[in-house]
Amino acid sequence: MTGSYEGGNAMADETIPRREFLKGAMVGTAALAAGNPAPVAAQTPAAAAAAGADAEPLLTLTATEHAFIVGAVDTIIPADELSPSASACGVATFIDRQLAGAYGMGARLYREGPFPKAKPELGYQLTLNPREFFRAGIEQANSWTRKTYGKDFDRLSVQDREAALKAMEDNKAPFAGFSSRMFFDALLQITMEGFFADPIYGGNRDMAGWKMVGYPGLPATYREDITKYFDKKYDKPPRSIADFS
Amino acid sequence: MAIILKEVDAVCVGVGFTGSIAARELTKAGLKVVGLERGANRSTREDFALPNVRDDLKYAVRQELFQDTQLETVSLRHTPGETALPIRRLGSFLPGVGVGGAGAHWNGVTWRLLPTDHNLRTHLESRYGKNAISAEMTIEDFPVSYDELEPYYDRFEKLLGVSGKAGNLRGQKIDGGNVFEGPRQSEYPNKPLAMSMAGAIMEKAARELGYHPFRAPAANMSAAYTNPEGVTLGACEYCGHCERFGCEANAKSSPQSCILPVLLADDRFELRTHAYVKELLYDRQGKKVKAVRYVDTRNGEEYEQPAGLVVLGAYVFNNNLLMMQAGIGEQYDPVTGNGALGRNYCYQVSGGGATVFFEDKIINPFMAAGASFGMNIDDFNGDNFDHSGLGFFGGAWISAGTSNGRPIQTRPVPPGTPRWGRDWKKATAKWYNHAFNIGASCCNYAHRENYLDLDPTYRDALGRPLVRMTYNFHQNDFKVREYMGDVLARIARAMNPTIMSARAIPRGNYSVVPYQSTHNTGGTITGTNPKTSVVNRYLQAWQADNLFVMGASVFPQNASYNPTGVVGALAYYAAEAITTRYVKSPGPLVRA
Repeated sequence: MTGSYEGGNAMADETIPRREFLKGAMVGTAALAAGNPAPVAAQTPAAAAAAGADAEPLLTLTATEHAFIVGAVDTIIPADELSPSASACGVATFIDRQLAGAYGMGARLYREGPFPKAKPELGYQLTLNPREFFRAGIEQANSWTRKTYGKDFDRLSVQDREAALKAMEDNKAPFAGFSSRMFFDALLQITMEGFFADPIYGGNRDMAGWKMVGYPGLPATYREDITKYFDKKYDKPPRSIADFS
Repeated sequence: MAIILKEVDAVCVGVGFTGSIAARELTKAGLKVVGLERGANRSTREDFALPNVRDDLKYAVRQELFQDTQLETVSLRHTPGETALPIRRLGSFLPGVGVGGAGAHWNGVTWRLLPTDHNLRTHLESRYGKNAISAEMTIEDFPVSYDELEPYYDRFEKLLGVSGKAGNLRGQKIDGGNVFEGPRQSEYPNKPLAMSMAGAIMEKAARELGYHPFRAPAANMSAAYTNPEGVTLGACEYCGHCERFGCEANAKSSPQSCILPVLLADDRFELRTHAYVKELLYDRQGKKVKAVRYVDTRNGEEYEQPAGLVVLGAYVFNNNLLMMQAGIGEQYDPVTGNGALGRNYCYQVSGGGATVFFEDKIINPFMAAGASFGMNIDDFNGDNFDHSGLGFFGGAWISAGTSNGRPIQTRPVPPGTPRWGRDWKKATAKWYNHAFNIGASCCNYAHRENYLDLDPTYRDALGRPLVRMTYNFHQNDFKVREYMGDVLARIARAMNPTIMSARAIPRGNYSVVPYQSTHNTGGTITGTNPKTSVVNRYLQAWQADNLFVMGASVFPQNASYNPTGVVGALAYYAAEAITTRYVKSPGPLVRA
């Protein structure tokens, strides 16, 4: 993909929840598969959303959860001249796969009780594994936006989505069981992971995250370059694990 | 019932740096040694191969090489009156597991202590007066002086092939090296690493301020190196994947790259992986550890391995746990001050840091070696500056540079930038390649209320109590941080950056969430008095003659430096005492 990503962003304003566009999404998917994206203006909103969001099959997220994640990650990392939107970079797919896998199931998480209320400095003290945590968090976020804006998060305007995420970040959205800030922080963390991790995990598609900052990825053998590029911009295109596998 | 095995000369609990060094020295002396490693084997060729060794998510974020908290963790409370809760997910520190231990995934910073760090209490009392040290600050001297340990520092540095430049060669001060270091008998075995842009900026600023910049001693090879064991390490590629990763080029010193090739080829050594030592079988009367009991983690089978000699070379927490469970020494009590086991647990105090942004300079943060790839000053370390009237003791090593540019975790943005959205994107894209951090790694002097014992509630996968950490920062720590915050700001200003971050001094409780350092120390400290220490100067347990405890658990307190250099030197020092004295005449090497 070259040039401006702004078109994708304009479409994102009209994000259609996955659960509704699934039936109409084939048009966009077909266009993508043909490697022949139709001009933005010619696409229907549903097709545009399908092209903007990733259309990978889901492992664990429900359609409602996926719609939330797409809306959230695209608010955190919207499309602009620097990169496509997070979901267009596969970040929602990344999150789905992470939550379906070992991490989501609580790998490397000590889960013995009891679980008394804890100071934040003692770190994560909930009974939930990450998959369960995101299930509970998304449910509460949607329930809060329904109460506040009358709609699920993914159906809000871009402006309202930004405001809703900001409220969660500032801990102003009342959640039960854990704070909205804690949920937002986890959402932000996993979004950044998806945007910047090696593309083998489904996010950072086309190394868009790396290109945005100028991270060259692999093989990272700079014994000569360390001197050659002293105070000079490293100009080689990034490569990822797949390029060496 | 445990299967009882045939007695061996010696057992090493853990096969990281200390276990490998001890095993190597003991086998060279003719002993049959078994190394028991709770984790799996890890070899450079199999486990640290390109391209997947560069998987930032797997290694740096999902913690592939670290201790699995599902099996074992520690609990924390801030004061003795609170209920401790388990650290459910690693954050603040990252102990290793598997062959090589944390030595496989460290950054490679290899310090010696300052001479005054060795005799800390004596030095401070003589310079500032008998009453200068508060009763709360339970600092001690290392029983081994700098001069005594110097040959062993030297030996460890030569094993590792440390890159650096001497600042004090046999008493002669050398500009460009660390002029504050103790006298060295020889130059570093490897020349300094290449200069980074951040290092060059730091060097200029530090010199302008009248400080003494130098390159941190790095176990990252500036050039290929063959160590005295005959093992050859490759040259560093500056890949920016040291901490949290293994090294595919054998260019970072690790047990794998420095010593295991010769140890594993020696048939006097036997490595048993998946062998999780569960308990030390202690004969209180005979003052001996008769055997170690371990679990084969593949099937749960238990084995009892009798040994003439036991080297405890696990991480700090397991060294403590095994001794506490066996009752080798009396548990420390912060109220009475009685007991030595668990006493003087210390950590590292991170001094916040300042981030500097340069519109017109290109940093290339991703081209980096692990060992603080930049420039350091020691002008404000230890007692290198006058503490009269400051209200605290100790200091920090200060460095500027980058150890990586892996963008999941490293993407500095100027203060005031939102954490997400369009403006975050703009700032991240603009500044990623134009910024670096100046940091202060502060000392952490022992405090009466900071200690380790056994948790009454939470258990590990083997059913043992977790180690309970009672720990918080105290007055001295906060004051050191404040002071260093001013120093960092002064250095940042001298660099004349486009933007610099606001002075941010961490206050409040110790938190287990953000990474600070894997420099946990103490609990089985070395000393001259069996009432206040657990091991003698040869790291021999006062209460068990054939038990030698290695690693940072023996530090009486933590200086500002990363511990590995001291850990390695003490391992060689103790191993020599074992092979030249103990095996000939088993018994206490120091009369209590």
